Amino acid sequence: MKLKATTKNNFLTYAMVIVLFAAVQLASGAGMLSSHLTGLLIPISYYIILAVSLNLTVGVLGELSLGHAGFMCVGAYFSSIFSVIFRDAISSSLLRLVLAMLIGALAAAIFGVLIGIPVLRLRGDYLAIVTLAFGEIIKNLFNAIYVGIDKNGLHFSMKNVMSMNMDKETGRTIINGALGISPVPRDTTFTICFVVILITLFVVMNLVDSRAGRAIMSVRDNRIAAETVGISITKYKLMAFAVSAAFAGVAGVLYAHNISMLNTKIFSYNTSIMILVYVVLGGLGSIRGSIVATLLLYLLPELLRSFNDYRMLFYAIILILAMLLNNNAAFRGAISRITSKIFRKKEAVEK
Amino acid sequence: MSFISYLVNGVSLGGIYALIALGYTMVYGIAKMLNFAHGDVIMVGGFTVFMTMQMGGVSPIVAVLSAIVVCTLLGVTIEKVAYKPLRSAPPLAVLITAIGVSYLLQNLALLLFGSNSRTFNSVVPIKPWKINDRLTISGETIATIAVSVIIMIALTLFINKTKIGSAMLAVSEDRGAAQLMGINVNRTISITFAIGSALAAVASVLLCSSYPQINAYTGAMPGIKAFTAAVFGGIGSIPGAMIGGLLMGVIENLSRAYISSQIADAIVFGVLIVILIIKPTGIMGKKYNEKV
Repeated sequence: MKLKATTKNNFLTYAMVIVLFAAVQLASGAGMLSSHLTGLLIPISYYIILAVSLNLTVGVLGELSLGHAGFMCVGAYFSSIFSVIFRDAISSSLLRLVLAMLIGALAAAIFGVLIGIPVLRLRGDYLAIVTLAFGEIIKNLFNAIYVGIDKNGLHFSMKNVMSMNMDKETGRTIINGALGISPVPRDTTFTICFVVILITLFVVMNLVDSRAGRAIMSVRDNRIAAETVGISITKYKLMAFAVSAAFAGVAGVLYAHNISMLNTKIFSYNTSIMILVYVVLGGLGSIRGSIVATLLLYLLPELLRSFNDYRMLFYAIILILAMLLNNNAAFRGAISRITSKIFRKKEAVEK
Repeated sequence: MSFISYLVNGVSLGGIYALIALGYTMVYGIAKMLNFAHGDVIMVGGFTVFMTMQMGGVSPIVAVLSAIVVCTLLGVTIEKVAYKPLRSAPPLAVLITAIGVSYLLQNLALLLFGSNSRTFNSVVPIKPWKINDRLTISGETIATIAVSVIIMIALTLFINKTKIGSAMLAVSEDRGAAQLMGINVNRTISITFAIGSALAAVASVLLCSSYPQINAYTGAMPGIKAFTAAVFGGIGSIPGAMIGGLLMGVIENLSRAYISSQIADAIVFGVLIVILIIKPTGIMGKKYNEKV
């Protein structure tokens, strides 16, 4: 049976993730992973989900988004409110996390559509700045809000805990302003992360290969031509935005249920930019590239740990050099000359 | 009375944003790139003044001049080393490189000065102006407003009256056509970076004098806000950056005073989104017609 090229490509991506997971499981079973490295497994997982989902917006839809951490924030907060309220009512941590993920995904998707509407009128850098502004607004609002619950239901305030007027006996604070939510039940496990990564890959890769995915790419390649052949730009842009946001929300859920003390610090534009760096270095539109780039770039500062204070400096220099080497015509020409020589030699040997 | 004082402080903050936004908007207009490292040039300017004045003991004027020189050289060097090789690369590649430069500057500052904030002594010798018992305007505010007005007028004259200014306008209009008319595009881009960075140096001195602290991340948030201000006014437009910066500062200060200091940033960014929905190219932005 001959497989289609895209199918082959997709299976390669699944295989890579599964092999990596199996290798990690074997290594940790054999006690080869340090506790420090084990602690990195879940963060790497949710960054992979973030990078793959951002690639849908930036790579496949072709719109620059600098607010991915905002969607992550929405997912994290809404799901954590749920988990904190139903901590005792739902005893199974797996069921609680699955429900939390659904809520996080739904909340983030709704925000994705909301932010998608102005996006329809904007292009390029204007869009980038609106997504950046959106991320900052979300972070700012969650930083200032107080939520509590008592026997009468939920209470909100923008001032402080006292002004929520909660019942003294049954009242408990859920979001304590800038202090955030604490403790969120620690439900996330590496195995769940692995399953969620597979689901993300399944949805995103199938979307890209579907009729809708081709429509989204046609909007990226030539908006006017796409419109002329009857593709609804609004529908497909919103679709890409919502799916991308939903998975960012899920990543936020995994983050919140791993960190236990949730506040807005991580959801700044720096995080959004970091995810964007993963996507761009991995290659726009390449799902596997996003995964590999996330793995390498997330682990790079850890590998440079022996340089101590200098590691982020090296990281910055490597980032600049990678971009220069990759995109400069002169460098590229030199590289392609070298590689073509090597390949020619190989061909000659085969003959 | 307190309203006037909030308003004046807002105008002063807006003046600083406008100076930074001018750097963003000029570079965008000419090189068509978002210079994410611009905010960190501000931080470098602040530390230069800190080093020369508080550690080296030179006079404030020399310190400010040295900051301008250092920032100008830094801006031109960044352009030559990191951005010029990428002139024909896709915009995202340039953006990521700019982010890399930004990380580089921040981490260099962290290594040299540590992560703690340092106290910055104001360089402004003007005494506070006491209008009546309830309304006092600080010397820093007066200096900021005066300096930003002078710089904006000078810059407008420079762009509209000099040959280099016309060259800058021509390159931002159509780079290819400008080159055919004999304009040295690379030199014009370098000059733009030099002017933008010099403005950032001035902004850094005013910023650190008004909010007397400095650390490796001092430039990040004002940078982002000024960038927003540039978009606000219509990115690429010089009067737009001035108006956008001033509006940003006033809105931020008034919402901090009257609504809530915690969500002031959210309000500023919210206004930005609303304005962009109503007018997608910003207040002074040029309309573009798409040809099929």
